Amino acid sequence: MTQGRKFSIGAPILEVNNISLSFGGVKAITGCSFAVLEHEIKAIIGPNGAGKSSMLNCINGIYKPQEGTIALKGKVLEKISPNIIARSGISRTFQNLALFKRMSVLDNILVGRKLHMKSNFLQVGFKMPGARAEEDENREKCEEIVEFLEIKDIRNTPVGNLPYGLQKKVELGRALATEAEVLLLDEPMAGMNVEEKREMCRFILKVNDEIGTTMVLIEHDMGVVMDISDNVVVLDYGKIIADGPPHEVRANQNVIDAYLGVAHD
Amino acid sequence: MNSKFSFLGYTKGDLFNFIALLAVALVVVPLLVQSEYWYSSILIPWLCLALAAIGQQIVMGYAGQLALGAAGFMAAGAFACFNLILRVPDIPFFVALMLSGLVAAAFGVLFGLPSLRVRGIYLMVATLASQFFIIWMIDKFGWFKNYDTSGIITAQDIVIFGKPFTSPQEMYFVIVVVVTLLTILAINMARGSTGRNWMAVRDMDIAAESMGISLLKTKLQAFAICAFYCGVAGALFAFTYLKSLEPVAFDIKLSFKILFMVILGGLGTINGAFIGAAFILLFPVLLNSIGNNVFHGAIDATIISSIEQVVFGVLIIVFLIYEPLGMAKLWDNIKQRVISKIAPKSEPLKQKKT
Ligand SMILES: Nc1ncnc2c1ncn2[C@@H]1O[C@H](COP(=O)(O)OP(=O)(O)OP(=O)(O)O)[C@@H](O)[C@H]1O
Ligand SMILES: [Mg+2]
Repeated sequence: MTQGRKFSIGAPILEVNNISLSFGGVKAITGCSFAVLEHEIKAIIGPNGAGKSSMLNCINGIYKPQEGTIALKGKVLEKISPNIIARSGISRTFQNLALFKRMSVLDNILVGRKLHMKSNFLQVGFKMPGARAEEDENREKCEEIVEFLEIKDIRNTPVGNLPYGLQKKVELGRALATEAEVLLLDEPMAGMNVEEKREMCRFILKVNDEIGTTMVLIEHDMGVVMDISDNVVVLDYGKIIADGPPHEVRANQNVIDAYLGVAHD
Repeated sequence: MNSKFSFLGYTKGDLFNFIALLAVALVVVPLLVQSEYWYSSILIPWLCLALAAIGQQIVMGYAGQLALGAAGFMAAGAFACFNLILRVPDIPFFVALMLSGLVAAAFGVLFGLPSLRVRGIYLMVATLASQFFIIWMIDKFGWFKNYDTSGIITAQDIVIFGKPFTSPQEMYFVIVVVVTLLTILAINMARGSTGRNWMAVRDMDIAAESMGISLLKTKLQAFAICAFYCGVAGALFAFTYLKSLEPVAFDIKLSFKILFMVILGGLGTINGAFIGAAFILLFPVLLNSIGNNVFHGAIDATIISSIEQVVFGVLIIVFLIYEPLGMAKLWDNIKQRVISKIAPKSEPLKQKKT
């Protein structure tokens, strides 16, 4: 699937350098470094509790690593917070759905447009022409996303009332709405059936293909990982034990051991 | 949107409601209601408190910040208005009113700061500080009361373009104008990107932040706007209903009342503020008149007031557990049922009202 890509894989866009994170005594991540290349789909895999989600939370600024740096396009990000990271062009989804439950599907996705909407509360309150035009434009964009994700019929339903699979889709939609250059997807297909997983893969590949969005994706289903990722990082007990193309990683002895549960020395 | 009718983004239903309500407020009520009692004891306090409830609604129903101190902000607005009119020669009433709102908004930002660190019941306690601080400040420094020692300061007359608005009906018109404008403003904010930011912070703050929403800015903005509405409401309340300025009128009981209006009316709905305010105001009146007319005063007034408190308590618990959208939602349901009876073929309202 690498041949004939509109956006061929380029230089590193996101670099994680020697990150360490611990919670009290628990070491979640120890000295991890890896790079994500522009326009690639990078999978992060590893057994439960390996530190995958913690890694995304560090990149996204929810967790503050005690050591190490994160660089976007060669520039080290200072003073990382979720808000600042969002502004620098990284968006994400969460492992345990983090939707705005009482808001409609469309409104959830519209929140993803937040950084594209500059009107202040007075302009919104007085319905100034600029604010109205902005609202219409961004609504239009969200309607396109709703159409793309094939969730048009539920666009006005409060997301809290939707089944799990659909909520996962809405979360992807919200992340897509940001038009971020890098998307961090934490288990976007967890708890889905084969059919739903296939659909989700299609969406992810299509976005990567057509817009060139760089994706960092955590996934447990090895079939899916082998199918859609360009490169795979394997985490085990907070350490990186392999990093490379899927077929190489699959053959790596350390990885096989980690997954078979071979005792650590 | 699309081919559907829309005027400035309002639906046909919105415009119909708006025109109907305005017609009732400006034509039907003045024609039908002649008694001063209705204006000065029911309509005026209802609209003033509904305005404060909109403020509470914004901070609590929309932004999800459990704040308790609306009456403190009302007091700030009331005394700001008194002092502005007293000390600034020829200040137009509406200018004084808006500035009073801004003074209250400044307090809102100050006392919204704890929301950046604590939430839930802790925030409620922290925001209570505003209530006590503002009242204490007004009592402590004589300047705010213009060194009045009698305890009761009479509010100045409302004068607009040289014309005094002193009768209850005249004051009612002034209030209708202010409340209408501020309600439209609130609806626009609530339905637009401003409201979405508030609700995102309410429903899932971590995700909101990850989408680029600043929690600091959004929470403080909600507090400021809440306090602005309360401040304007407080000034109107003092100048048209109390007709005097006394800090005790803005005690914690009033803050709780406004909180209950929002809970009973329905969290996160603007019309809930009006419905909740009406209920909280009218229910005791209703109970009293039942006591007087049905039981001919056989029931003691203290018993009636305890009944009132028990009923409020039970209703609040019931609504919090079973219907957080409150009476506004019940009202919507009834309306839909009536509409489907009258016009069974028409589609049920698809879009949810905010
Ligand atoms: N907020 C936290 N407080 C304390 N410990 C935490 C916290 N978040 C993660 N951990 C710990 O860090 C380690 C890594 O957790 P993490 O959630 O990153 O694993 P994961 O690889 O995403 O696992 P899973 O596949 O189950 O999602 C675990 O031991 C976990 O208990
Ligand atoms: Mg995880």
